[in-house]
Amino acid sequence: MLSEFRMPALGADMEEGTVAQWNVAPGSRVKRGDVVAVVETDKGAIDVEIFEDGVVRELVVQPGTKVPVGTVLALIEREGEPAAQAEPRPSPAPAAATPARPAAERAKISPAARARARELGVDVESLQGTGPGGAITREDVERAAAPSREPGAAKPAVVEKAGEGSMREAIAAAMSRSKREIPHYYLSLTTDVTAATDWLKTHNAAIPVTERLILAALLVKAIAIACREMPGFSGFYRDGRYEPSPSVHVGVAVAIRGGGLVAPAITDTANKTLGALMEDFRGLVARARAGRLRASELAAPTIILTSLGDSSVDTVFPIIQPPQVAIVGAGTPVIRPWVVDGQVVPRQVLTLSLGADHRVTDGRLGAQFLARIAELFATPQQL
Amino acid sequence: MNRDELATRLLGLLTEIAPDVDPATVIPGIDFRDQFDFDSMDTLNFAIALHRDFGVDVPEAEYSRLASLEKCVAYLSGKIR
Repeated sequence: MLSEFRMPALGADMEEGTVAQWNVAPGSRVKRGDVVAVVETDKGAIDVEIFEDGVVRELVVQPGTKVPVGTVLALIEREGEPAAQAEPRPSPAPAAATPARPAAERAKISPAARARARELGVDVESLQGTGPGGAITREDVERAAAPSREPGAAKPAVVEKAGEGSMREAIAAAMSRSKREIPHYYLSLTTDVTAATDWLKTHNAAIPVTERLILAALLVKAIAIACREMPGFSGFYRDGRYEPSPSVHVGVAVAIRGGGLVAPAITDTANKTLGALMEDFRGLVARARAGRLRASELAAPTIILTSLGDSSVDTVFPIIQPPQVAIVGAGTPVIRPWVVDGQVVPRQVLTLSLGADHRVTDGRLGAQFLARIAELFATPQQL
Repeated sequence: MNRDELATRLLGLLTEIAPDVDPATVIPGIDFRDQFDFDSMDTLNFAIALHRDFGVDVPEAEYSRLASLEKCVAYLSGKIR
């Protein structure tokens, strides 16, 4: 029996995507979790995995084609089932698959240069990069588009922004929908995080650099545990009702230099050790900025942390990403006068905030949720 | 390794950990944070890459000495040959 591999929805705001390349050809054997295609979306190029074992029977949509979410991209013959005769299709796809490089060997190129290549119609797979490690730079792209351009010609004064226009539109659409449909309430709690920052300093000094943690990783774990205890903040509101998620997948908002942001998930966050969580976190940030996220990582978050810890702000007023029902914000940790045991002392404090959905929870529960996160954060050795 | 060679290698590491930075736009004397919104994750990744490629272990307390390409060259040229 043939099954249909469809264009996934990578968030509530995605309506269509372009198949940028296939990593498989008809006859390729695939297994669950394999990255079979790269799809260009408003959030950049996303590696799309398959969720069953089988053999690729036909690639229905050719590279370069933009199709709506839900469109059948390929037909897969499921493993262990007898070969089926495919229905003749009115416009059969060409048999030869694009000689795509495997995902791991895709052209090394910054999102800025990739966006420029799209604008100029340059095929990046055919370019030799001159940047570090053979990376294709924006200049390589422009040189390929205009071979006669003089080397001394003035460079554009402004750095190209990676697909900022379309990503900005996607963010605007999602946030408008959120503000239109979700009755938000907001809470904030300023809490003493000296114990966490001190613990982190000691912990990081005693371990190899490769295993060091950042403060946000502790916060992610604290949020995940609080969500496990209070399921009204981790799940999806769909078709008029709330479904708490059986597992907590905390999404981390990652700013894309040049504009925009994405929020991929650290899956099963509550059950990960801090070390494993940090490894996933680092990988997600690296891939988000390289435009190499996986579809499942973008669709998975059950709640998001948006941390502006490096940006010198006190409080974030976060907006929920539908269909989620809560989002936690973190400002910058700062030293402030604080009363401890009746004495005013300098302490490192952080303002946590919560944007949550009144259709599911109310302020009282939200206050307990924030307080629980702060409590967990204050005892990092137990995370 | 002279300072120019070191700077070139550091630039390579920088764009490896921050692939959305165009190496042609890096200004050596300006902090990465001010040029590309470098955050704590970027700094950690940079420290890990330095450890991997140069065997240098940069303590957290000295992260500020990696703040720009120029500062990195000054800091590392005393530590590697």
